[in-house]
Amino acid sequence: MNYKGVWTLGEARNGELKEVSFELLSRGRKLADKLDEELISLVLGNNITEKQAEELIERGADKVYLMNDPALEDFIVENYSNVMEDLINEYKPEIILAAATTMGRTVMPYIAIKTDAGLTADCTELDIEEDTGNLLQTRPAIGGNILATIKTPNHRPQMATVRPHSTKPAEKDESRTGKIIYLELEKSLLDGRVKKLDFRKNEEDAVNIQDADVVAAGGKGLKNGDNFAMIRELASHFDGAVGASRDAVDRDWISYPYQVGLSGKTVTPKLYFAVGISGAIQHLAGMKTSENIIAINEDPDADIFKVSDFGIIGDLFEIVPELNKQLAEEVK
Amino acid sequence: MNIVIPIKQVPETSNVKMDEETGTMKREGVESIINPLDLYAIESGIQLKEKYGGKITVITMGPPSAEKALREAIAMGCDDGVLLSGREFAGSDTWATSYTLSSAIKEMDYDLILAGERATDGDTGQVGPGIASWLDLTLSTYTSEIIEVNKYEDEDIDYTTVKADSIIVERMVEEGYEKLELPLPALLTVVKEISFPRLPTLRGKQRSREVNIPQWNLENLDMKEDYLGLNGSPTRVVNIDHPKVTRGGTLVDVRENGNVEEAVSKLVDYLKENELV
Repeated sequence: MNYKGVWTLGEARNGELKEVSFELLSRGRKLADKLDEELISLVLGNNITEKQAEELIERGADKVYLMNDPALEDFIVENYSNVMEDLINEYKPEIILAAATTMGRTVMPYIAIKTDAGLTADCTELDIEEDTGNLLQTRPAIGGNILATIKTPNHRPQMATVRPHSTKPAEKDESRTGKIIYLELEKSLLDGRVKKLDFRKNEEDAVNIQDADVVAAGGKGLKNGDNFAMIRELASHFDGAVGASRDAVDRDWISYPYQVGLSGKTVTPKLYFAVGISGAIQHLAGMKTSENIIAINEDPDADIFKVSDFGIIGDLFEIVPELNKQLAEEVK
Repeated sequence: MNIVIPIKQVPETSNVKMDEETGTMKREGVESIINPLDLYAIESGIQLKEKYGGKITVITMGPPSAEKALREAIAMGCDDGVLLSGREFAGSDTWATSYTLSSAIKEMDYDLILAGERATDGDTGQVGPGIASWLDLTLSTYTSEIIEVNKYEDEDIDYTTVKADSIIVERMVEEGYEKLELPLPALLTVVKEISFPRLPTLRGKQRSREVNIPQWNLENLDMKEDYLGLNGSPTRVVNIDHPKVTRGGTLVDVRENGNVEEAVSKLVDYLKENELV
């Protein structure tokens, strides 16, 4: 099979590269080095600057394929898919990594069909198999109960989406050099049928919980929606985001974009507080790969304590205010 | 407006047991349910049918026993069911699954396909977009609201008799909500926010027992055999690990006159030691 090179799909919004683009570079660099092949970052967008493309090189890319077009300003799956299909057919990359975001998890399965590629979702580990050079893709499945390792023996490219925050962004090295290639493609590739009519930003404190380094989440134990105030206060000490269990969302204490778990969002922050959350398997699936998990619950048998690094068994209405008090002093 | 809803029968996740030897799920003794996220697709479909008329067909790929999931969906208010079942489908990954489902759906008369954002067992979310790709449909993933169905030329249209041209939806992304217009036929994968699934009615349950559910497979569908099942699947599971669930972290109990201040101070020390504050 005459396929060469490791590609990462950078993500840009409003002319800014998202940090997840640099996380993909740290994954991709490791794979490219093992294969002794080039690492190429592909960025589709509008008004992406040369300086931004250079940053991708400083963080590990050997080449950047950049395509700016007003039709790529917003993520319209057909436009992105058409462009990538065209590039894949022309350049034949061996591996393509995208982030397991709403964009990556939409465009990658669409392209995988068009290009007969194998695709693995939401990977948390990637490696190269010694003898064959195949990509080994490891992902949690069945509510995080198993870690499945998957490979694509006979199809190329091998494609994977990678869980955001599951690795650190690649460091900057300003001495690194590489090549920026400005793509000129046929306009007919950008004739997607879907139109974006409008965009509504999340409410103020609904910062993207998947991007946050710290998430403070509340559950049924909070007893009512007003008590989320102390969860917000807890999050504020870290400039973090607020999360919630399904129980809290189903009771209308907080809206759906905050929900962590199998039917909500998957988060991998440095620090996760689970307050009044018992730790149903569906919730654990959405936060179990967090680096540090702090649990506060009055039920000593709650499953959340099994996955916690530090747990306090007791009345959250005494513990959380005390924690907020001590953290406030700490920050001072 | 005719709607097709691909659904999946999954094990009740809170009871999943693994076979340590083979690395597969033990399905015996575990209750099988409709994938919880598919219920939102079913509910949204029924609401569209109530508003615009038309017919809803649910389709699933699975063992013969998956027929139960189809009958449950019919009890909620769907009209017909199609079961894709055959040995040739065994071991399908998301590529082969979306090929198989789309081969069956392309035989149907439809304007819209609604699917759950992902299934709670495989947790990939790849089959919905895959079907859209096979059938070259417009696609909105993470759809959180269906706003309206449009006919371009005529405002006062009777949707029960005339096909609509486009559908306007909102989809949930990291930073907020995008409002999209998709020409039909379209495929929407939906999230929980879109609807609250209803319970089956007594009449629905009765009807669900009477509906004839055809079984389709390679014998009666136009499909490429080498695109099916394990042979047609680009990906292979090569290893299954059981991650250590228990972290064995510090646990402080302050229930019986415990010293909350001291416990919290230990927690703050932990945060400091790990450079989290």
